[in-house]
Amino acid sequence: MKLNGSEILINCLLEQGVDTVFGYPGGAILNVYDALYKHAEIKHILTAHEQGASHAADGYARSTGKVGVCFATSGPGATNLLTGIATAYMDSSPVVFITCNVTGNLIGRDAFQEVDITGCTLPVTKCNYMVRDVDKLAETVREAFIVATSGRPGPVLVDIQKQVTSNEAEYEFVPKEKHFEQGRIVRLKSTHHPSISSPEPDLNAIDAIAEILMKSEKPLLICGGGVVRSGAADEFTELAEKLDAPTAITVMGGGAFNGHNNLKTGMIGMHGSQASNMACDSCDVLFAVGCRFSDRVTLNPNTFASQAKIIQIDIDASEIDKNIKTDIHVVGDAKKILRLLLERITEKQDHTDWKNYVFSFKVETVYKKLENGKMTPAEILSAVAEILPDRTIVTTDVGQHQMWAIQHFKFDYPGQLITSGGFGTMGFGLGAAIGAQVGNPEGTVLHVTGDGSFRMNCNELATEEYYKLPIITIIFNNSCLGMVRQWQHLIYDEHYSQTTLDRGPDFAKLAEAYGVHGRRVTNVEQLREILHETIEKRSDGKGWVIDCQIDIDEMVKPMVGGGSHIADFMLI
Amino acid sequence: MDEQNKIRRYTIVTSMDNEAGVLSQLAHLFSRRGHNIETIAAGWTTDRKIMRFTIEIFTDEAKMKLLCDQLRKLVPIHYVEILEPQKSIRRELMLVRVNAADRATRNEIIQIANIFRGSVVDITHDSLTLQIVGDDQKNSAFETLLREYGIIELARTGIVAIERGELKKHDDD
Repeated sequence: MKLNGSEILINCLLEQGVDTVFGYPGGAILNVYDALYKHAEIKHILTAHEQGASHAADGYARSTGKVGVCFATSGPGATNLLTGIATAYMDSSPVVFITCNVTGNLIGRDAFQEVDITGCTLPVTKCNYMVRDVDKLAETVREAFIVATSGRPGPVLVDIQKQVTSNEAEYEFVPKEKHFEQGRIVRLKSTHHPSISSPEPDLNAIDAIAEILMKSEKPLLICGGGVVRSGAADEFTELAEKLDAPTAITVMGGGAFNGHNNLKTGMIGMHGSQASNMACDSCDVLFAVGCRFSDRVTLNPNTFASQAKIIQIDIDASEIDKNIKTDIHVVGDAKKILRLLLERITEKQDHTDWKNYVFSFKVETVYKKLENGKMTPAEILSAVAEILPDRTIVTTDVGQHQMWAIQHFKFDYPGQLITSGGFGTMGFGLGAAIGAQVGNPEGTVLHVTGDGSFRMNCNELATEEYYKLPIITIIFNNSCLGMVRQWQHLIYDEHYSQTTLDRGPDFAKLAEAYGVHGRRVTNVEQLREILHETIEKRSDGKGWVIDCQIDIDEMVKPMVGGGSHIADFMLI
Repeated sequence: MDEQNKIRRYTIVTSMDNEAGVLSQLAHLFSRRGHNIETIAAGWTTDRKIMRFTIEIFTDEAKMKLLCDQLRKLVPIHYVEILEPQKSIRRELMLVRVNAADRATRNEIIQIANIFRGSVVDITHDSLTLQIVGDDQKNSAFETLLREYGIIELARTGIVAIERGELKKHDDD
């Protein structure tokens, strides 16, 4: 049947089973919103700002395992997505961004709200497209979804010229399974193109790795974000237990290795636990799955795990030997490779002595009670962990609160922790929480933030209120940019340059102004009462902003300086 | 120096879908991964829908391998190969306009061009334009020899390269 481009786009989303879209309308994308008006089966979440929509689509994807979809108009609408696209890219989150551009005859003329968004997003998308011809629209959208979700997932942008959204073309509903049989996907599939496929693992390498792991006396496992994306948490855990190996997580790996497991050594790297970092320094085999050895993990790549044979499992060949030279590696899907390893590792290992050594170092940082009576981050997080339901989804912003939350909470399942690990986007958390709550309407969503991060995108409280999303925001309010201040304290002779936030707003009042519950908290008893109240009043559909006053000089411990040896703690 | 860290010239051949923006995707990947393109040349293959690029860069083996893996991830890319210098033919075309105001100079220049198997493609009262095909070293040598006459303008296409065919071996070899 003949449909206009906007109808084709909506139908292509329906082919994918998309029922939720985050976005913001504007001039160039008007036709698409007109089509959306007629399709009640797609729920559109209107955010306060396109950036919020981009993070919400990302949070939705990470918390549901589905593709996030985000709409924005041309020009500023599109560029406002950029930070969100980069955030999704660095953390391999599958989001399809759809923008419209000015009509074809205005392209390149610096028309009103024109920007070369495919050019802008080139370095932060897995692939991007500009659709100039309505006949190519359906094929392009189908390809975009396949590219976003296959192989190593990531964001994709489809920029559609405005005339395409009103021009007509033949459209036929094509079920999702058939999308591999058309257009460029046929070539990508037949050549096993890395953008959409996971390579068949090298069985010889797997045999060799099994051998090394079984012979190892001091193994250390690292659970990276790839374990989450691959859905390989069960296989990974089984392997860790079979090998009886201490297991560290990266920021992105949180949740994929159960936080209550006795083998857990906690986070590794700059703010890694003493147990993780010391184990890394003396292990004889380091087995990393879905971890790209970022500089925040390795710190000094030349001395990282210098005693160890390094084994890397990654779906992306270009992550192998990029930051750390491996001794042996396998490129492919983590789940598949871990299963093959489990078949080969038959005997359960016993590493009691090695574990005794590793766990003689602290897994959790002990934060002392403050003499000035202020709440410590640990006290706040303990109260939250105790009172909120077990499977609470946690989103964070970026900074000290993020590290405290990841250190303190025991994440039990993949997707429970939603945080901007790679790009480190302050202002990510509230948008992501909105996406997570929309995707998990029955779940409890906790948004942990700092006063600096929250100030960036707190406008999304309007979205939280309108859609009755009972998100619980906890602000670690130290009246400063804590993490930057921590560096200034330790490295810059206490020159607190532009990091003191001795200014408004009163976050509790701000929350009330947006129509959600706002509270200012100075002690743990108060906090506990309010947390119970959040549960009791959940059915009112109102979110919460709990502004917790903490000391300005709180620091994240332990800490290893950037580029230093992983066991040279600057702070413990 | 460790083999992996030895910097040398690499010739990369890749083919991509012939569509808007592929050149910028390709070039951008080199720059954002910290590589400087020495030469780049592009043209159709037997299939007009596919473009073939020859790119040369200076880098080391480890970075080269990584770059190839990063290139292979680009959706429009069909294949990426490194051509080994001994097993490939590398050529570029150079056009050079040089001062030649009198007959003696013109003759001299034409003689040099003949030695290099170059040809005269344009002539005026006071200049000659020559065309020469060769690898970068030959073309640079030619350029050096012409410098004393005064080069007015020079244009090089950048290297295009192709793998040598394999000779069939005789049984008694």
